[in-house]
Amino acid sequence: MSPLLALLLFPLAAILAIIIGRFPARPTAGVAAGINLVISLGLIWNYPAAQGGYAYVMDYPWVAIQGLPSIRFHLGADGISLPLIFLTGIVTLAAIAISPANIRRSSEYYCYLLLMSLGAMGAFTSLDLFFFFIFHDFALIATFLLIGIWGSQNRQYASFQVTIYLMTGSLVLLTGFVALVMALPPAERTFDIVALQNYITGHPLSGSTQDIIFLFMLIGFGILVGLFPFHSWAPPGYASAPPAAAMLHAGILKKFAIYGMIRIAIPMLHDGFNTCLPLILALLAGNFLYAGFVTIAQKELPTMIGFSSIMHMGYLFLGVACWNTIGVTGAVILMVGHGLSAALLFGLSGEITNRSGENRFIELGGLAKRAPVLAVLFSFASMASMGVPGLANFAGEIMVFFGSFSAVPTSSLVMLGIPGAFIFFGMIAIYGTVMTAIFQLRALKNVFYGPMPARYQPQTAELGAGGEATLPFPGMTDTSALVEHGPYVLLIFASLVIGFMPFLMIHLVEPSVTLLPFIKT
Amino acid sequence: MEQYYAWFLLLAPLAATIAILLNLHRKPDYAIFASVGSASVCFLVALAVASGAIPEPKPFEWIAFPGWNVDIGMIFDPLAKGMLLIVTGVGLLIHIYSIGYMASDPSRGRFFGGLSIFMFSMTGIVVSDNLIMLFIFWEGVGFSSYLLIGFWYERESAALAANKAFVCNRLADFGFMIGILTLWLVMGTVSVRPEVVAEGYRSSSLPWVGSILTPGEVETNHLPSIPNLHGVVPASALILTIMVLGLFSGCVGKSAMFPLHVWLPDAMEGPTPVSALIHAATMVAAGVYMLCRVYPLLQLSATGMFVIAFIGCFTAIFAALIAVQQNDIKRILAYSTLSQLGYMVMAVGCGGPDAAMFHLCTHAFFKALLFLAAGSVIHALHDEQDIWKMGGLYNKIPLTFVTFAIGMLALSGVPPFAGFFSKDYLLSAAYARSPIFYWVGVITAFLTAFYMTRLVVVAFFGPPRTHAAEHPHESPKVMTIPLVLLAVLSTIGGFIGIQSFFHGWFLDVMHAMIPNGVIAPAAESGIFLEMIIPGALVLLGIGSAVYLYWGKATDPLDIEILANKFYFDEFYDRSFVGGQQRAARFLNWIDSWILDGLIIRGSAYVTFGVGEILRLFQTGSLQGYAFLFSLGGILLIYFTLFAH
Repeated sequence: MSPLLALLLFPLAAILAIIIGRFPARPTAGVAAGINLVISLGLIWNYPAAQGGYAYVMDYPWVAIQGLPSIRFHLGADGISLPLIFLTGIVTLAAIAISPANIRRSSEYYCYLLLMSLGAMGAFTSLDLFFFFIFHDFALIATFLLIGIWGSQNRQYASFQVTIYLMTGSLVLLTGFVALVMALPPAERTFDIVALQNYITGHPLSGSTQDIIFLFMLIGFGILVGLFPFHSWAPPGYASAPPAAAMLHAGILKKFAIYGMIRIAIPMLHDGFNTCLPLILALLAGNFLYAGFVTIAQKELPTMIGFSSIMHMGYLFLGVACWNTIGVTGAVILMVGHGLSAALLFGLSGEITNRSGENRFIELGGLAKRAPVLAVLFSFASMASMGVPGLANFAGEIMVFFGSFSAVPTSSLVMLGIPGAFIFFGMIAIYGTVMTAIFQLRALKNVFYGPMPARYQPQTAELGAGGEATLPFPGMTDTSALVEHGPYVLLIFASLVIGFMPFLMIHLVEPSVTLLPFIKT
Repeated sequence: MEQYYAWFLLLAPLAATIAILLNLHRKPDYAIFASVGSASVCFLVALAVASGAIPEPKPFEWIAFPGWNVDIGMIFDPLAKGMLLIVTGVGLLIHIYSIGYMASDPSRGRFFGGLSIFMFSMTGIVVSDNLIMLFIFWEGVGFSSYLLIGFWYERESAALAANKAFVCNRLADFGFMIGILTLWLVMGTVSVRPEVVAEGYRSSSLPWVGSILTPGEVETNHLPSIPNLHGVVPASALILTIMVLGLFSGCVGKSAMFPLHVWLPDAMEGPTPVSALIHAATMVAAGVYMLCRVYPLLQLSATGMFVIAFIGCFTAIFAALIAVQQNDIKRILAYSTLSQLGYMVMAVGCGGPDAAMFHLCTHAFFKALLFLAAGSVIHALHDEQDIWKMGGLYNKIPLTFVTFAIGMLALSGVPPFAGFFSKDYLLSAAYARSPIFYWVGVITAFLTAFYMTRLVVVAFFGPPRTHAAEHPHESPKVMTIPLVLLAVLSTIGGFIGIQSFFHGWFLDVMHAMIPNGVIAPAAESGIFLEMIIPGALVLLGIGSAVYLYWGKATDPLDIEILANKFYFDEFYDRSFVGGQQRAARFLNWIDSWILDGLIIRGSAYVTFGVGEILRLFQTGSLQGYAFLFSLGGILLIYFTLFAH
């Protein structure tokens, strides 16, 4: 028995308790998420960080049919997955806590949230390709339902588009997985990630096979994470998703793809990775420059945040593409940092939209006067997203920059005559921080600062002090209740801890990263 | 135990910030107590550090990888000690002044929170022993400057100015980060400790570019490969130039050099104490301080040094010209700050970092004084900032007038005030590099005397031109005492040995790090060039301004291009901001119509058609998802069974 199993069983038990036991949905879900967060912290505390490698392993044969690769229920966690497990724990708790208690069909709603969390936990703890994939798909289905039932605006369309898109992605990915297993000689076929890696390390696949399979995985993972140009599902999807679902998907579930690149695609198909590297670099530059500019042009808050979270995937891809200790460690830390900041931004943007009834920049403004606490929280979230030192994103980003500047150019880059490509794309990534500052500060200003929109001015002036009820944005007041702001404070606190003390994360992550195959120092 | 005391430099203001953020912003008096208290602690610790009573604390590892580690550690060399005294001393005075200036603002708790986080970041910059730590606090001062410029956030102009300042600084930091990374590639370290840099320099086996006085580029083919780049990219004069210009880029943003100067005048939207502390005395000087910190490395590129000197020189005269035709008392001082920063940067580029630091110190005194005195004027006139709406103030607010006049004389370079010594020393360093820099500097000195005299004559003399100017009230003691102290410092600043303090140290560091680096020789240009010519031009400037403006109610000069600041704001708005908006809108159009519209939705409609057919068999969406999901399973089984 592994304590990792508990991470899966608590959400499952909560789901069953809500459906069958008719337990009150929100408290039950909240308690399960809270327990998971505590467990994840305990797991990190107990993990032998200095030596790295898998801990808390349990391996249980699940399906073994003659002539078929065996599928095992194989769980384990190392310094790369533990930060993501922690991220899942904390974002799930926050997402449940910010969800309204009186939402319609509330027991279903909270079950789907738990299912998303369960799926993410399962994917990050699985050491078997089959479960790795299936858990993620479970979480995706929950996402679709959350958008389709509780979404806003054109939820039907958004849900449909996201479904088609992401299911296509996961089918492409599945094809890649199956092809990888099938490329092995029959006796060696297995879905077990550790066994696969062990075999492949000794017997690498032929070059062209690797190239093709890697391309499948790149496209599959790329669609799931919103790599340019496969990103267009994300902004409308996130904009119409209920905030909690957007927090869980953008914050956690999307990281599945980056995690998969680190865990499976690059170590097992390293020649394929080398071949495709120029393509990866070109696409991630698209994330920075193309998605960055498109973000600047957005006129609505939720869509802008959706695009910005797409843009920031560029840093993660760059860190992973460097495939050196600094870059990959930076990418893992940035996954946590981005998870926290994206969850904050989506949650707070939902808060703003709900309370003010508006999400267009041109109709918003000056809200800091009415909701100062919300303004402070949103400022923290923006600063985190902009990579201001002291918050987690900066620590990750700067490692990615140093990783890219010290990355050894692969043979494919040298052959193309661009040995300095990593440095060049590192510079583009640094420019990304400028663009983030442009759109994030503008959002902050357009929502919270400056005067309130002109058409509200005469009203407020005429009514004076007594006219509280007819002020613009009547819902836009601060409550000082910790229940309402607590989840955001929790996420900010986590980001601050990592931002001020990144060495805590580095001690956890780095030894496991150095154990990755082919990794360079 | 005493090795821990130094951390109070950072911990005290940080604690004050946290306390104010969490609770004290609602209780302004406690917030003021926390903030001013923490600034006092900083100043006391700085005094102890400067006297040598507190040693450098043991650094701790913040990020550690093989080949790259970032420590949080402090360096207490004379450069840091001098700057630390300036930052905490002037900082404390401005904290005290703010108690009076902000007394009637209901949000002053938040204001003092901003001041505290600024003090935290600024002392951090000063004591940083490596460039990454410096960068962290560097961004921190940018952030606190953003908060304080936008302090009155309900004003559209303040909110926009705050954004502009942050984005300009970010743009510059883009270059700064590249500079740091390039430095790391070349030297293998980001430390600024002379012994570490010297070691990195030796192991990088870079040839010395040579004296800046005889510029000579390195012959590329003799250069070794950069070890960190695995022999792929050869070290070249180009890379070294990129490194130097990258580092300088940080200074261009923070010290508001041309072409990123546009944010500083707008930053005057913040409360006046902020303008004094952040946008005159300390933060904007951080760029110059950083250049002095890495000065020996700057000499690796002769081109880089020339660009630094040129940009500094250009900014000095460019901003001084604009200042001649401004009417807002704070904006005049802001352009004057730009011009003086240009002086300092020019001095660094000309090989006189000691002159730059000297001028930085005296400038901190008299410019903080000028801003605080201007604040006192504004306070007295109930928030009037237009000098043409003042007049006749000299005998109504005498203390403010006298201190302002001392600041003006010091800035203009009239002996025996502080500015006279530092400016002359600086000009002689420029002369050693090239007479052209010297002459531009001297003309700038003339313009400085001219516009400062114009300011004083128009604002303080002549008849009162508005009702408010007829009945001003002198500021409370909590505001005037800092004025007096700064006035004393502005008067004696030239005599207390700041210059020799820095000169000797820079020579030592240069020799320790790189044997044949160059510091411009002190005062070689002779008494004529150093004193007589600048002195004569300063007197000419004062005289001509008195002649032109005495008793005038409107501006006799009317130079539109200067009043409009050479149209740079308009130019940037049209070209960069507008261009970027157009690019953004174009790409957005591509995204929603071509990429998402044609390709994705196109194929989605095809799929949708298939889905419609499938709908005949399935009802509701859940089943649809289940179908797709099981399709995956089917594929899985298909591959597993038949794909042998």
